[in-house]
Amino acid sequence: MFPAKFEYKAAGSLQEAIGLLEDPEAKVIAGGHSLLPLMKLRLAQPSLLVDISRIPDLDYIRVQNGHIAIGALATYRDIQFSKDVQRSAGVLSEAAHEVGDPQVRARGTLAGALAHADPAGDMPAVVMALCGSVIAEGPSGERTIDLDEFFVDMLTTALQEREIIREVRLNAVPAGSGAAYQKFDQPASHYALTGVCAVVKLGSGNALESVRLGVTGVGPKAYRPTAIEQALTGKTADEESVKAAVQGVVDGIDVLGDIHASPEYRGHLARVLTRRAVLQAAERARG
Amino acid sequence: MAQTDTREPGLHTVTVTVNGKRETREVEPRQLLVYFLREQLALTGTHVGCDTSQCGACTVLVDGVAVKSCTILAVQASGADIKTIEGYAEPNGKLHPIQQAFWEEHGLQCGFCTPGMVIAIDQLLRDNPSPSEWEVRRGIDGNLCRCTGYQNIVKAALSAGKKLSGEEPFEKPEAEPVAAAAH
Repeated sequence: MFPAKFEYKAAGSLQEAIGLLEDPEAKVIAGGHSLLPLMKLRLAQPSLLVDISRIPDLDYIRVQNGHIAIGALATYRDIQFSKDVQRSAGVLSEAAHEVGDPQVRARGTLAGALAHADPAGDMPAVVMALCGSVIAEGPSGERTIDLDEFFVDMLTTALQEREIIREVRLNAVPAGSGAAYQKFDQPASHYALTGVCAVVKLGSGNALESVRLGVTGVGPKAYRPTAIEQALTGKTADEESVKAAVQGVVDGIDVLGDIHASPEYRGHLARVLTRRAVLQAAERARG
Repeated sequence: MAQTDTREPGLHTVTVTVNGKRETREVEPRQLLVYFLREQLALTGTHVGCDTSQCGACTVLVDGVAVKSCTILAVQASGADIKTIEGYAEPNGKLHPIQQAFWEEHGLQCGFCTPGMVIAIDQLLRDNPSPSEWEVRRGIDGNLCRCTGYQNIVKAALSAGKKLSGEEPFEKPEAEPVAAAAH
């Protein structure tokens, strides 16, 4: 299979890439593992590919002041094997290991996955639960977009025309907190039929002091069920209390149904996986 | 008379080192690395299976990392150091330890997936020199085989790990012939 014809330009800097995106039919390529499959199926036919993969010093992963800064060109493989990520937010490394397969992880980038905003991607759930922001560069300079505002709809983000993600900045999981990602995958593609990430802080007496959740695969975009986060707060981190508190995790969501899973089944998975993720995160918070 | 530039508009020059040999060709931007290797460099050991980044038959090493060459543009690989299955055995025909393990453990039947499997296992064993059986199965997650049921591929990967670490010799010793039962 061949993509339709296009022009190709390798950018030497993000500024040069943003300049090249003046062509409204142009697309940015880095690892290409979301874009090239679409182009081979002719579902995407850009006139110009602007390759940012040769821009120097954009594949960094830095941990500082309680957050992790991940450059646009850092791959899943980089994240999976990064000792810094394993130490400061092990759940991100674990979830990166859940994406696709080893060869896919060697090319696909976190920033690319977020910009693509696949409703069944693993990363959107994890970054939303960790909390943080996307730093985008565009024609009028740099802009910080809160991850809570980033996913707009299916395959649609808050990125404006000609904006490119330069960095994804996430909160590390502090001491006394724990995090876990629970996923039920479509076995051929390993996309999440449903995936839930929980970041939990435990208070005294096994009580949930704070809970942050990210859910993927269920609706048209990844989301934070904030009502459930609140319902869990103050509850004891045991099976029964958590199970009761997570029942409404898909309330108000337009739950997807397809040949792999009906909306009812996805709703069921979301309730089960939210419970498991919260309990596993609490277990890890206990250390 | 000035020399005419016969290059078609929109073509890009790609220079790669493949199995230690430097190669330069002109490509259309939409040329995928796997077709570049097979059709322009005649290295047909890299296979096209699903052509949708699922089956792993097109796996090669790009700058030392196993990737699916059906999902990389040749222009994006320009400047890279590439290793294909043709680069594994020694020039005298001596097999690479992973290939030797496939031979001994019957890790292939039709052989179509084998080049990709060998390279995926090469990556796996460099990441994790003594994997468990489960880790091997996860490590070849990106490669499909329609013949073997994977059992002997997993055995080959485990054996290859031991050959590479020196825990087992390169060649498996001949099994003792089974003595005929006395009647």
